[in-house]
Amino acid sequence: MAALRAGKTNNEADQPSSPVLRFGPDKPLKLDAGTLLSPFQIAYQTYGTLNDARSNAILVCHALTGDQHVANTNPVTGKPGWWEVLIGPGKIIDTNRFFVICSNVIGGCLGSTGPASTNPATGKPYGLDLPIITIRDMVRAQQMLIDHFGIEQLFCVLGGSMGGMQVLEWASSYPERVFSALPIATGARHSSQNIAFHEVGRQAVMADPDWHGGKYFEHGKRPEKGLAVARMAAHITYLSEAALHRKFGRNLQDRDHLTFGFDADFQIESYLRHQGMTFVDRFDANSYLYMTRSMDYFDLAADHGGRLADAFAGTRTRFCLVSFTSDWLFPTEESRSIVHALNAAGASVSFVEIETDRGHDAFLLDEPELFAAINGFIGSAARARGLTS
Amino acid sequence: MSVNGNQRVDLEVVANLIPPQSRVLDVGSGDGSLLELLQDTKQVDGRGLELSQRGVNECVARGLSVIQGDADKDLEFYPDKGFDFVVLSQTLQATRNPKLVLDELLRIGNRAIVSFPNFGHWRVRLSLFVKGRMPVTADLPYSWYDTPNIHFCTIRDFVNLCEELGATVEKATALDAAGQKIGLSMPWWFWNFFGQQAVFLLKR
Repeated sequence: MAALRAGKTNNEADQPSSPVLRFGPDKPLKLDAGTLLSPFQIAYQTYGTLNDARSNAILVCHALTGDQHVANTNPVTGKPGWWEVLIGPGKIIDTNRFFVICSNVIGGCLGSTGPASTNPATGKPYGLDLPIITIRDMVRAQQMLIDHFGIEQLFCVLGGSMGGMQVLEWASSYPERVFSALPIATGARHSSQNIAFHEVGRQAVMADPDWHGGKYFEHGKRPEKGLAVARMAAHITYLSEAALHRKFGRNLQDRDHLTFGFDADFQIESYLRHQGMTFVDRFDANSYLYMTRSMDYFDLAADHGGRLADAFAGTRTRFCLVSFTSDWLFPTEESRSIVHALNAAGASVSFVEIETDRGHDAFLLDEPELFAAINGFIGSAARARGLTS
Repeated sequence: MSVNGNQRVDLEVVANLIPPQSRVLDVGSGDGSLLELLQDTKQVDGRGLELSQRGVNECVARGLSVIQGDADKDLEFYPDKGFDFVVLSQTLQATRNPKLVLDELLRIGNRAIVSFPNFGHWRVRLSLFVKGRMPVTADLPYSWYDTPNIHFCTIRDFVNLCEELGATVEKATALDAAGQKIGLSMPWWFWNFFGQQAVFLLKR
């Protein structure tokens, strides 16, 4: 983003180009880390209209590096919203019918309080002075946003990956406030392999000399190289070997022979470099550290005495889980164990595994079977909720 | 799993055994025909377990609550008496361990409803007796080498298994080739000979 580069600060962090809800000292956010965050703010977007009964609200939870711009042009990148293929007037999640809310999570860098936000105590960006944020903290903040809209029960909470973790946390922490839940390509905990990949990313950020112990804004710098490497490593985990092979193979980039050097000879190298570079234009490095940490700490079973079923005891929420065959970040088994726990809790649950070779990122793409499942689930939940189209 | 080739005449018989607003688990829900029938006519709170992913995705797209799973492996994850009725419709013969599956059905449901093709039907007996070949009928349309059905039983075999598992037969219906119920007054041997399909309501 031009603003990020030029000013070396993140204007979107304090003054986002989306609506923002500010909570003063009277309404602090209680954090799992044991401290209170105050004051704090949540940036969000809404689409459609809340009906009189306030029963048609859908909360969309974004993934690790997503934001609140789910169905509008992103002000930072100028690209379409990250789920615009799914959400909008006349689309699967029809904003003529539903009131869609998407917030930037706490710890993010697009307007909700995060490490790039100004710390009111110092007048400088928080950096690492911000306490660690957990998935539950994010959900607690979202819940305050939902209160602000006067919505007692969300019709549906949905999201993929880290967003899916938030969906599970919502259904577990506030079961009476979630009529239906749609966690996609996610897990009830982060596996050690997932934590390992995140650690590689964090170490890459922190090894960048421009990181300055997290106080890079004060030095007029940004650890762009480290963050780009982190993104490159992570990006590989979002794809699948089959998809990579089909798309790139060992094809050479703009040349017909090897250079016998370390240029981006292969298309895949050039592709990853591009992914890394465009990412640093839109994302804050410290925020990446906080977001990855929040996923690493997530373990819903551990929060309930080691029994995942207890996280959903007595739930009346209708669930639909979706996984993808080629997702090695959150393989189908992760979804299946949640399904087993929901069965043990006697919950209403559907589970769809979608055959695709597009890997973890399939949830962001135009996957007809995914859309059919979401459409069927939302449609039947809407009938059960008495929502007429 | 939809193991049967022709019209599912047993579905209505099964549906008639289930009172409105019951909690029902349909094991082997196939394309969701039974669940949809129950949802539309009996307003049941229905769930399904289906082996084929294609069937599951179709069910979910139709708005039914169905998960992908294997009756042989996944029934253990359901709580005791979690449902009023557990239905195993035309699926028993395709399970690896019918005894274990039936035992699980009786644990999970207050009642279990099991329907299956009767291997004691006269056509089956005749085919084996006269032609010396495994039967291929309208009800059992597969050749022996590509059938999903691995554990056929006769009505009499099934009744014996129920006894072994301590299950009480509350109701039993045999359907003839035309899908008509065979009179209750008929003796077991008659059912076993002329029943093409059987539907049992069990409790333990």
